[in-house]
Amino acid sequence: MGYNLTYRHFSERSILVEWPSDINENILRDVLGFKNRLEHSNIKDIVQINSAYSSLLVIYVSTIDNVYDEIKRLKVEYSSRDCLDRLVFKLWEIPVCYDKEFGIDLEEISEEKNCSISQIIQLHSQPIYTVYFVGFLPGFLYLGGLDKGLHFPRKVSPRLQIKKGAVAIGGAQAGIYPNASPGGWNIIGNSPLEFFNPNHDIPCFAKAGDNIKFIPVDRDVYNQILMDVQNGRYHIKSQDVYD
Amino acid sequence: MYMIEVLTSGVFDTIQDKGRFGVQNFGVPYSGVMDSYASNLANSILGNAQEAALIESTFTGPKLKFHINTMISITGAQMQPALNGIAIKNNTAISVNSNDILSFGKLQYGLRMYIAVLGGFLTEEKLFSRSMYTNITSKFRLQRGDMLPIHSSDARRSITFSAIKIDSDHFHNPLIDVLKGPEFDKLSPLQQEALYDIELTVSNESNRMAYQFNERFKNDLAPIITSLVLPGTVQLTPSGQLIILMKDCQTTGGYPRIFQLTSASLNRLSQKIFGDKTRLKCKK
Repeated sequence: MGYNLTYRHFSERSILVEWPSDINENILRDVLGFKNRLEHSNIKDIVQINSAYSSLLVIYVSTIDNVYDEIKRLKVEYSSRDCLDRLVFKLWEIPVCYDKEFGIDLEEISEEKNCSISQIIQLHSQPIYTVYFVGFLPGFLYLGGLDKGLHFPRKVSPRLQIKKGAVAIGGAQAGIYPNASPGGWNIIGNSPLEFFNPNHDIPCFAKAGDNIKFIPVDRDVYNQILMDVQNGRYHIKSQDVYD
Repeated sequence: MYMIEVLTSGVFDTIQDKGRFGVQNFGVPYSGVMDSYASNLANSILGNAQEAALIESTFTGPKLKFHINTMISITGAQMQPALNGIAIKNNTAISVNSNDILSFGKLQYGLRMYIAVLGGFLTEEKLFSRSMYTNITSKFRLQRGDMLPIHSSDARRSITFSAIKIDSDHFHNPLIDVLKGPEFDKLSPLQQEALYDIELTVSNESNRMAYQFNERFKNDLAPIITSLVLPGTVQLTPSGQLIILMKDCQTTGGYPRIFQLTSASLNRLSQKIFGDKTRLKCKK
């Protein structure tokens, strides 16, 4: 089975492939499956493929001469993608400290939602989240799977400075600020991990399709992990997940 | 190491090369030179590879002191360059000796200037590029006191010193050619008609991330599920603002994408300064 995809000439050197406009895991798996298929195809002119919730941007080495031929080739690849290798993803355990000093919006959410802070922490750390894509800032993970009870609108005016590692809620999405930056999401905790390291050729440990589980830790454990991360001694716990 | 010293920086000077590729799935912007027509010329004059890193200066230039004999070329915006106080030309190779001082005057035309050196600047490389960007390179702009490493001057080449004639169209032609974007068809026929050929005034909010304009265009486009964008993508916001994404833009966006600039137009737009009029034109 496949989705009804649309293919469009986007820039002189790229073609945009779009799935039905929806955010769900079935579409994400199909997007990443097609991306994987194309990366292992013998279409040599493709230099890179970017993914988002329900779209792929296929970028070519130079101006595309015949867009219709190229779209035809992409369609053939899509229809033969059932012989894909199974994709392997990771489930990452992300320690989060929900101290009030970090979770500067916990009280507001607690009042608005009429639930205790410990309930918020439980609701936030229970689910297994899915990384839909990395965007907005280098290393910013867009996470799906937030409990409905925690959906909370973004701030009307963004804060000028959000702390590095801030664990955040923006509407129906969860995320983590990889570096200090301005931002409009609600902050409920902080993770001591490094989510973006430009010194590594692969600067993020997590990628689209991976899963995330938040592990609540107290301040002492947080400080210990932060030190270990800074000394390069922290090993992020993970396990393989098969599609 | 052979060095060039930054005595003072201009309004906004950065090191740029062709930018970062293959890392956009980590949310890393493309970055790279805004006007690759001008930067390619600067590198070609010196016989450098097109990928060689150069200085991109916006609005005003830096003051540089050379601690090495080398050659330079200056292209793009005209900012009255001078070597030890004596006027020099854009678009030609210039021999520079140790202790020489390169300075600039007032902007005459264009907005972005490129300073190339023999072999290119050898500043830090992160994620396959030397292009400066916050949280990727250790600095996001040049500052007074920076020492910029370059190659040894052993290879000072025999280069034709005659200035290359530049097509002035590149700086003065207001025309920006665009292709239809993915959400163009979602505009009403009336709104489409109003957007095929529009005059725009560059606003002072424009920078390496995006160009913005003073005009507003009524529309009832719904936001899209966050999708992929490129430098040159033209977004239309609910309040009717047009945003043209430039080299340091994010990799994804949620505003409808109504047009996409051609790469030649992206180079031309990069030389436009606030207050400039441009004309966005889309083939029907």
